[in-house]
Amino acid sequence: MGTFQFIGENLPLIWTRTLEHIWLVGISIVIAICTGVPIGILITRSRALADRVLYVAAAVMTIPSIALFGLLIPVLSKIGQGIGFLPAVIALVIYAQLPIIRNTYTAIMNVDPSLREAAVGMGMTFLQRLRHVELPIALPVIINGVRNAVVLNIAVAAIATYIGAGGLGTFISRGISQTDPRQLLTGAIAVSVLAIVADFSLLALRRYLTSPGLRTNP
Amino acid sequence: MIRLDRLTKAFGSVTAVDGVTMDVPSGAVCVLLGPSGCGKTTTMKMINRLITPTSGKIFIDGRDTSTLDAVTLRRSIGYVIQQIGLFPNKTIEDNICVVPDLLGWDRKKSRKRAAELLELVNLDPSVFLRRYPKELSGGQQQRVGVVRALAADPPVLLMDEPFGAIDPINREVIQDEFMKLQAELKKTVVFVSHDIDEAVKMASHIAIFRDGKLIQFDKPDHILANPIDNFVADFVGGDRTLKRLRLVKVADAMQVAPVSVVAGDSLETAVARMEANNHTTIVMVGPRGRARGFLHLNDIRGKGGVVGDHVETLPGLINVNDDLRNAVSAMFSHGVTWLACVDDEGFYKGYVTQRGISQLLGASYRE
Ligand SMILES: Nc1ncnc2c1ncn2[C@@H]1O[C@H](COP(=O)(O)OP(=O)(O)OP(=O)(O)O)[C@@H](O)[C@H]1O
Ligand SMILES: [Mg+2]
Repeated sequence: MGTFQFIGENLPLIWTRTLEHIWLVGISIVIAICTGVPIGILITRSRALADRVLYVAAAVMTIPSIALFGLLIPVLSKIGQGIGFLPAVIALVIYAQLPIIRNTYTAIMNVDPSLREAAVGMGMTFLQRLRHVELPIALPVIINGVRNAVVLNIAVAAIATYIGAGGLGTFISRGISQTDPRQLLTGAIAVSVLAIVADFSLLALRRYLTSPGLRTNP
Repeated sequence: MIRLDRLTKAFGSVTAVDGVTMDVPSGAVCVLLGPSGCGKTTTMKMINRLITPTSGKIFIDGRDTSTLDAVTLRRSIGYVIQQIGLFPNKTIEDNICVVPDLLGWDRKKSRKRAAELLELVNLDPSVFLRRYPKELSGGQQQRVGVVRALAADPPVLLMDEPFGAIDPINREVIQDEFMKLQAELKKTVVFVSHDIDEAVKMASHIAIFRDGKLIQFDKPDHILANPIDNFVADFVGGDRTLKRLRLVKVADAMQVAPVSVVAGDSLETAVARMEANNHTTIVMVGPRGRARGFLHLNDIRGKGGVVGDHVETLPGLINVNDDLRNAVSAMFSHGVTWLACVDDEGFYKGYVTQRGISQLLGASYRE
C-alpha cells in the first residue's frame, strides 16, 4: 500500500526521471544504430573480419556495467566528463553494439544469394542493392536486434545513476541506501514498465516498416 | 552480334571454360547445352561480367565489353536466373520496373510498360501488378522473371535454365509463350539448358559444351542430323531423327498444289486424275476448296455416278503450321500413310506422306 501511495504522491518526479531515462537510452540507441548497422553491413564483405568484430563485441558485453562505468571514469575525466551523462551514453552505446551488429550481419548474410545475383546481374550498384534489396529484407531482423538493445539498455541505464546520470535508477539507489522499499519498488516497476512499453512499440514499428510481401501471415 | 573470342576462365586448377569462340547473330536464340559442370553458366556470366574472364574477349555489337562500365553493361542486358530471384519486398509492378527505375525512366511510362508486358505472358495486370511474389505460383513467378528482364527493352537477353524449376506441363506452356514473345521482340538470346528437347524447340543455334570446350555450334537440325562426334550423338540421343521432326513444318514437307475433285465430278474424272498423277487416292474439296473427304482408286474403279455419292470421310487432317512430329503422330494414330494438309480455314493445301517425310529426313544425312 505504501508503495502506491509513494507513487501517487511523486508522479511529477517519476515522470521527470522517466524522461531522463528515455532520453539517455534513446540517444544511445540512435548512436548505436548509426554505428552498429554500418559495421554489420561492412563485415558481410569479409568472413574473417566478421568473426573478429563479433568476438570483440561479445567480449565487451561480458564486462559488468558497473565495471565499465568505472573504467570510463579515468578516461573521460581528462576532458572533465568523468561522471554524468556522457560516460553513461558511451557505455550504453557500447552495450547496444552486439545485438545490433550481430542481427544486421546475420540478416544480410541470410538474404537469398540468388536475390543478390539477380540484383547485381540487373545492374545495381552496392548501395542500390543495399537500399532496394538487402536492407528491406533484413529490416525485421535488424529491428529485433534494436529491441534487444533497447531492453538491455533500459536495464543498464538504471545503474547509470551511480555515476550521476539520473534516470529511474535514482529511485532504486535511494531505496537501497535509505532502506526504503517503496522507492526501490517504484524504480523497479517503472523500469519494467518502460522496457515492456518500449519493446511493444518497436514490435509495432517493425510490423509497420516490414513490406507486406515479407510478412509471414498477411 | 555477340562474339566470344577465345574465351577462357580458370577457377584455380579447374578450367571451367576453355578457349570458346563463337558468334551469336542478332535475333538468334543460342542455347548453350551440355552436361552438368561443362561451363555453360560460367560462359553466360562472363557476358554480363558477373564473372571476369581469365583470358579472351567478348564483343557485343563490335564493342569489347571489358572496356564498358559493368553496371551500364548489365542494365543493357536482360538477365533471368533459374531461381527466378524476384525481390520479395517489392510488388510485381516494382519488380518488373527495377531496371527502368535504375535507368531513371519516367514512372508512368515504366508502369504502363509493366502492364503491357504482363499481358503478353497472359497475366492479368489488374490482378497481378499489386501482388507480391509470394502470392504467385512458381510458373507465374517465372513469367514475371522473364518479363522483368525485358522491361527496359534490352537488345540482349541471358537466361540460365529459366524454366528448369517448372513442372513439365507448365514448362511447355511458358516455352511457347516465350517463343511467341521472341518472335515479336527479336532479342539476341543466350539460353542455358541441359534439356535437348528444350534446346531443339527454342534454339536457332545450339552450342554443345563438354569440359569447358565448345564441341559443336550449329543450327539444331544440323546438330541432330550430323553430330560431330560420339559425345554429341549420345548427348542429343538415339532418337535424334525423331527430334528433327519437330523442326520441320508440315508446310515445308507437303506436296503442294495437289489435284482434287468436287462432289459433282464424275467418277471417271476422279479415276482419270488419279491415274494421271500416279495416285491411289484423291481428296474431294467443297465449292470453295475446303477438304471434305476422299476417294480410293480401288473402291471406285469401274463404277458409275458422281464423286459425292462415294466419298469417304478423311481419316485425319493436319494443319500446315503443325510440325512433322504431329503429322507422324496423326498418321500412326489413324493408321494411314498420308494426311491431307489444310490451313487455319480448312482449305486444302497439300498432302504429306510417310515416304515423303522419310526422304526429306534422309536427304540431309546423305548431303
Ligand atoms: N566460383 C567457382 N569457383 C570454383 N569453381 C567453379 C566456380 N564456378 C564454377 N566452377 C566450376 O567450373 C565448372 C563449370 O561450372 P558451371 O557452373 O559453368 O557449369 P554448368 O555447365 O553451368 O553446370 P550446371 O548444368 O550444373 O549448371 C564446374 O566444374 C564448376 O565446379
Ligand atoms: Mg549452370
